[in-house]
Formats: sequence, C-alpha cells, structure tokens
Amino acid sequence: MKPTDTKNPEYFHKVVDCQYACPAHTPVPEYIRLIAAERYTDAYMINWQSNVFPGILGRTCDRPCEPACRRVRVEEQPVAICRLKRVAADNKEDIRDRLPEIPKTKNGKRVALIGAGPASLTVARGLAPLGYSIDIFDNQFAGGGMMRSQIPSFRLPIEVLDEEVNYILDMGINAVFDIQVESLREILEEDYDAVFVGTGAPRGKGLNLPGLEDAMPNVYLGIDWLSSVAFEHTRSIGKRVLVLGGGNTAMDCCRTSRRMGGEDVRVVVRSPFEEMKASPWEKEDAANEGIPIYNNHVPKEFVVEDGKLKGMHFEKVEAHYDDEGKRTLVPTGEDLVFMEADDVLMAIGQENAFPWIERDLGIEFDKWEMPVVDPVTFQSTNEKVFFGGDSAFGPENIITAVAHGHQAAVSIDLFCRGEDVHNRPPPHVSQSSQKMGVHEWSYDNAVANDLRYVVPHAPLSKALKNRKIEVELGFDTETGYKEAERCLNCDVQTVFDELRCIECDACVDICPTDCITFTTNGTEEDLRQRLEAPAGNLAQDLYISADLPTMRVMVKDENVCLHCGLCAERCPTTAWDMQKFLYNVSKAGE
Amino acid sequence: MSYQLPKFRHPELPVNDLGYTRADYEGAISTLCAGCGHDSISGAIVRACHELSIEPHKIAKLSGIGCSSKAPTYFLGNSHGFNSVHGRMPSVVTGAALANRDLLYMGVSGDGDTASIGMGQFAHVARRNLNMVYIVMNNGCYGLTKGQDSATADRGSASKKGDPNIYSAIDLCGTALQMGATFVARSFSGDKEQLVPLIKAAISHRGFALIDVVSPCVTFNNNSKSTKSYDFVREHAEATGTIDFVPMHSEITTHYQPGHAHEVTMHDGSSIRLYKMDESLNPFDRRSAVNVLEEHRYSGNILTGLIYMNLDSRDLHEVLETSQRPLNALDESDLCPGNKMLVNINASLR
Repeated sequence: MKPTDTKNPEYFHKVVDCQYACPAHTPVPEYIRLIAAERYTDAYMINWQSNVFPGILGRTCDRPCEPACRRVRVEEQPVAICRLKRVAADNKEDIRDRLPEIPKTKNGKRVALIGAGPASLTVARGLAPLGYSIDIFDNQFAGGGMMRSQIPSFRLPIEVLDEEVNYILDMGINAVFDIQVESLREILEEDYDAVFVGTGAPRGKGLNLPGLEDAMPNVYLGIDWLSSVAFEHTRSIGKRVLVLGGGNTAMDCCRTSRRMGGEDVRVVVRSPFEEMKASPWEKEDAANEGIPIYNNHVPKEFVVEDGKLKGMHFEKVEAHYDDEGKRTLVPTGEDLVFMEADDVLMAIGQENAFPWIERDLGIEFDKWEMPVVDPVTFQSTNEKVFFGGDSAFGPENIITAVAHGHQAAVSIDLFCRGEDVHNRPPPHVSQSSQKMGVHEWSYDNAVANDLRYVVPHAPLSKALKNRKIEVELGFDTETGYKEAERCLNCDVQTVFDELRCIECDACVDICPTDCITFTTNGTEEDLRQRLEAPAGNLAQDLYISADLPTMRVMVKDENVCLHCGLCAERCPTTAWDMQKFLYNVSKAGE
Repeated sequence: MSYQLPKFRHPELPVNDLGYTRADYEGAISTLCAGCGHDSISGAIVRACHELSIEPHKIAKLSGIGCSSKAPTYFLGNSHGFNSVHGRMPSVVTGAALANRDLLYMGVSGDGDTASIGMGQFAHVARRNLNMVYIVMNNGCYGLTKGQDSATADRGSASKKGDPNIYSAIDLCGTALQMGATFVARSFSGDKEQLVPLIKAAISHRGFALIDVVSPCVTFNNNSKSTKSYDFVREHAEATGTIDFVPMHSEITTHYQPGHAHEVTMHDGSSIRLYKMDESLNPFDRRSAVNVLEEHRYSGNILTGLIYMNLDSRDLHEVLETSQRPLNALDESDLCPGNKMLVNINASLR
C-alpha cells in the first residue's frame, strides 16, 4: 500500500466518525469537550455555525452520528451526542452578540426563498450576513416549516423553535407568511437574482383500501393531522386509534393521539419490528406511553357499519428474505385480524409535489416528477433556481436539510458573484499538537468506562395530560459532564512521523486495542490478514507509513483506536503525536 | 501521565484453547521509561504464554532488583509473583521449584542482577539445571541508578554521558554454556518474531533455559557510541537461523521447505523447527555453540537465535529423584508411611 496522505483533510476527517456521518459535518468532539469544560455558550456556537438549530436538533435530530460513534465498536452504546447538544443549548447564555453582523448596506442582490423550513432558513443564515436582500415565503403563520407543523410540542417546545428560527428571521429577512406560492413563474418575474426552493415533501401518502370512502370522515393523513393539531384546528381524537406506518411520523401520531383523548392507541406496521423506519428511541418512548406496536400486519380493509368506521382488517405476514437479502412479506394464512377503531391515522410516508412550478421554466423534471438537481451545487437546470431539503431529493431529515442549505447558500453566493458554482471552497482545517509535557495532553485522554447515561423523563401521568409538556427533560449539567467524558476525542489524531521512529515497539506493546503493527508492506487485503488484531472492518482505513529503516512499515487500523494517546505517551522519540484536527465545512462567502 | 490502561480491548481478539485473550495475560501499565526494551520483552512473554494456552495460575514469575526486575508487574497479572532480593532470584526459584514442580518458573533478571551481584547464583542455578526459564533483560547499564556501565557492557562502548568502558564484558550466553546450561539463546527486544518462539521453546525445554535479550535502555544507553542501542543491535545482529515453535497437536501452518529445516521434538511433544541455520553451528553440540559464539564476539557481531540446546537434558528433579507430586499435595499417609516401611528402611541400612 502507498503511504497514507494525511495532508488530504478527508483522511483524518473520516477518522472522526460522528462528524463524518453528520450531513452538516458538525465538529462533535470539539463541542463535547467544551460541554465538559462547562463552556456551554461556546459549545452552542460551534453547533450554531454548523447546524443552525442546536436546540431543535438537540431534541429532534435523526442522529446519524450516533450509530457511527466509535464507542459502538468497543462497547454497546454510543455517546449521547444529541442529548449533549441539548445540554449546550439549555445552559448557554444570551448568544445574540455572537451572531454575525448584518451589513446595513446591502450588496444589491435579491434572493427569494420559497418555504421557511430548515433548508431555507439555513440559506438565509448564510446569505444575510453577506449583504443579500432576502424574501422568504411560507404558507404557515410562522417560520420553521415541518419543524413547526409536524414535530409535536412534547418533543420540541415552541419556545425553543421560535428562538432559533427568530435568530435568523431577525437578520433583516423579509418574511412573508400565510401565503401560498402558486406560481414559480410569478416569483421569477420579480427579477430575483436567485430563487431557492425549500418546500419540503408536503404530501402525505394514503392507502386506498376497500371501505375508505365510507370511513373517510375518520381517516386522516398523519402529517396533515399533526399540523392540524399543531395549529389547534384539531383538539381531540377518538378513544380507539389505529396508526398505520412504522416511521417517526407514526410515532408522533400515536403519541399525540394519547394526549388528545386516545386511550387504546395502537401502531400497526407491515414490516418486522426491527425493520421499522422509526428511530429506536422513538419506538421506546411510544412503548413507555403504553402504545403497543403490532408488526407483520398488512392493512386490508376498513370495516364500516351503519355508515360509521368500526375498525380495520389486517392480514398477518412473515418476512422472507432471498439470497440478496431482499424482503418479501408472505401471508401466514391465518384468519384476518380485526382491530376496532374510532379513528385511523395513515403515516406511511410522504412525497414531493410541485404543482406550482410551471414546466416551461427551464427546470427539468425526471420521471418521478422530481426536479433534476445537482447533488453538489443544488442548482437546477434553470441556473437561477436552487433546491434543497426534502424538496431536492425526497424526504430526509432536518440535519440533511441544513447541510443542503449551507451548500445551496455557497452556490447562490458564487452564482450571484458570477463565479462557477462548481468551484467549491475547500474546508477549513487546522491541526495542532496536544502535547503539554512529557506525558501530559491538553485533552482528557483517559478513557471513561462509564455506560451511556439515561435521560430523565417527565412523569407519564403529567406528560399525557398536555401535549405541550416536554417528555425528555434533558441531562442536568452534572450528568452532561459525565456523558461528555464518554467521548473518545476521535478528532485528536494519532499522527506518525516515520523519520523519528526507532522501531522500539513501545506503541505496539501499550496499545490497549492492538491497533498498531510493524510489518512488511503488502496489498490492503494482504495486510488486513497480518495485523496484530483482526482488521475486518473495511469501512475503516489503514494508516500506512513510508518505509522504515528495517524496510517495514507502520500500519495502524483506525477501527477501534481509543485515541487514548498511550502510543504517543510511550513513544521515546515523539514519532507519535496526538494532534487535534478541526474540520469545518466552508460556508457561503468563506 | 496515564496510570491506567483503558478497559476496552479489541472486540475480536483471538482466544486461546482456554478461552482467554491476550488481555488476560497482561499486567499493570508499565512505569518504565517510554520506549524501554523491557516492555517489549513483557509483550513477548504475554504473547508466548497466551499462545501456548498456559493457565495463568500455573505460572510463577520471579525477579531480583532493577528495572528488569520491576517488569514482572507489567505482565501476567493473574500469575504468582515474587520480587526477591538483588541477585537472589535463582535461590528463591530453586526453593519454590523443589516444593512445587508443577508450576512454570519464569525468572526475570537484568544484567546487573545477573552478571554482577547475582553472578554466583546464576552460575549455580545453570549448573544444577533447574527447570526454569531465565530471561535476562540486558541493556548493558544500571538504568535504575542513572546508567553506569554494567558487567555486560562491551569494552569501548559508551553510555549517553559516560566514557568508553575499559573492562571486558561478561557474555552471559558463553558463561551459561560453561556452567552447563542446557538451553541457551540470545535475542533482541525489538524482534518479537524471533523472541516469541524462543520463549515458547524455552518454556517447553526441561531444564535451565537462558534467554539473554538485548534490551536497549532508551534513557541512558541508546546513543551512537553504545553497542546496546536499537541501531547498533539492528546493524550487528546475526541470527543463527529462524526458529518456529510448533505446539503439540497443532497443525503446521508456517511456510516449510523440506530439506532446509531441522525439526526437533521436545519432551512434551511439541517441536521446534529451525530454518536457514548458520552452517557453522550445530546447536545440539556444545563445542560448536561455544566456537560460534566466540567467532561472533571476535568479529564484533551479536549472535542471536537459538545457540544451544541439550536434547538429553535431565533437570534437577530427575537428577535428585524428588517426589513426582508437589509437596503441598502430599498427605499424612505419604509423609508417615508407617512402621512396616520404617522396618524396611532400617533393614536396608543394616
């Protein structure tokens, strides 16, 4: 293998698993250290720069970082990254003086943002400080998009949402609410320099089953029902509720139902429990609220008697998998299962809809009626029109929308300055030794053996009475500190300098997880067989040095390195050093 | 400074026949200097004992005084240990071994502990062919007292702040051969590929097995004028050949060229395989071993690998015809065999 090029920032970036997995590449270990140091405001601002909505995401994020956490590879549970983010948000001081200054004199460029969800707000946050004049349009009465209409208040209190949405709207944005944009042509005719579409995936999918027509008054689309609850048009639901679907919307529907009068609330899902799309913690929270999940049940028909919905029939199935792992649901042949219901909520997915975009504006649509969007620049085939969030590539999540928004803002800025949108700015990278003394580091290198801490919940009796009472109470600062200490500091990199190495083997001997091997070079496949410990995780790189005097190379398997610094501590010649590697995605104008 | 190892280990560490991983053979975190050769030897001992599936409670590690003799704390944390008096480790092992022949005795000593204060003990334990492994962590200096030349420092070699040594060096391998040791090897802390199979062979050998391991002192004796530095040893080490240790009943997986290898079966059924042997050396002939050792000394090179092994070794227990069972396993009927036996003994003396 060739020596690893550690000058390429992507190499060390990938070692920071959580940051790498985060669509917005938030520097997670850096802010976790600040939380441990009780510097909550600083920790918050690192988040704010990167993901714009730390308080919101600290409660609602899909957490792609957590399954990626290195701790999962040496013990069971990842660091509670999301909940730590909330600790920063809950304990910060007033941050308004740290927000970017908005120039009084504008740069003369006007940008329209359609939809006021996380993607559009992120674009606004990127462009407003650069002097752009921004008009934002939304059909709701306030900003936030689906964060406002679909995430129930018991998961995301309205004050937290308002605070973080307003940080952006207060940047001199001209927000036009309660307006349905019916025509993109009309917007384009307003002569904006660029238009960003961040209208999400607003249309809930339904199931057209026998009996639907008669059952209709008691059957709702999940996301529509949730927003109707959020905007207080709906104030109650029947005692017996069936929620169809296995995603997070289904979880929000069933838990909201419990707070709106539902007593016998059941989730019914076609797939096996393990394959449900809902996040594990959402399923757990639903179970805690006494909501059973019936898996392997395929809805067959609505049962209506005397013109009134009585319940539904389901067919029991089993999941079968072919050699390629493809799943088919095979009926078990048992009798149909009947479940009583006063109301049914369908939360089986949502899709995009662009009836308001004329098809002769130069925006190409594909066979699924989705706009053709460049995945890097987020530009459509009309160079003035950009897409982001769920409206670009279909339903994802908030943090993905934020990541899109950042990149779209970069593109819009480049475009408005007449530059090539493909000319992406490189990331901001810094790397510095953490050595303070012979055996002293400026990060807490001792590895905490603690298991993941449990987050306290509001008592059920209280929580179920009012849909606005937040269920998760968040870590207190003391538990936050202990949880923060579980972070392995993966951004403090083990950096090897072959010119200093005397091949004494001290690092090999001390490494608690047998990551380091000195051996003759070979192909990657061959080397992976010959290391001190199995190196079977192909998703994790091997770090290879140049040839050493004995014509061997140093090979480090990044997989389960604890970043404990013992290799560098035991190295007599400082051939190993622990260096903090900070990676920040460049934002618009940087 | 970190005083404790993280608890986490590689989740797929191989387990041995007893179901233990290498971690089960580790000791406390080392407090020796960073880069000390002794830590690598500790690592090699851990590896050898793990791979041989020796039950940790069947091992006793004993040492004298010095950096080397601190080292047993840093390996085999689940085994018996005795950190004895300076230079007197062989006496303690002798006592322990006579009382309980069932344990594996792993003596760890240094060049000061062996070649200076303990020279007499070393000579006699070799001469008596006590069944033990005797590892010398040999760095040519007194590291614990700031690096003065030891008795194994070569003439002309200089430590970091010292003058060239004016005395001739004691060659522990040569001395052991003269004293009648039945297994003599030399190795280098920086070469585990050689050291681990040598330790395994020494463990399998019945009788006194010396491994003199050159183990650079990074703090006081790893400079350009030293003959026990990492660089000097790497440049001047000449292996007698390559050694593989094949435990009993195990499949041969290493590369093996018939005709080029010499296979020797040990008394416990395991075997060692020697390749690419120096043609001038017959490691089963003491005169040959002495000659080759002397030649290398003359040419200024360091001879490593297996130097001598006596295939007909009879250890102290065999020579003394001691009890087959450990003393703590003898009960009253063994120790007081009764009047009839006494009468027989008395009759035999008439």
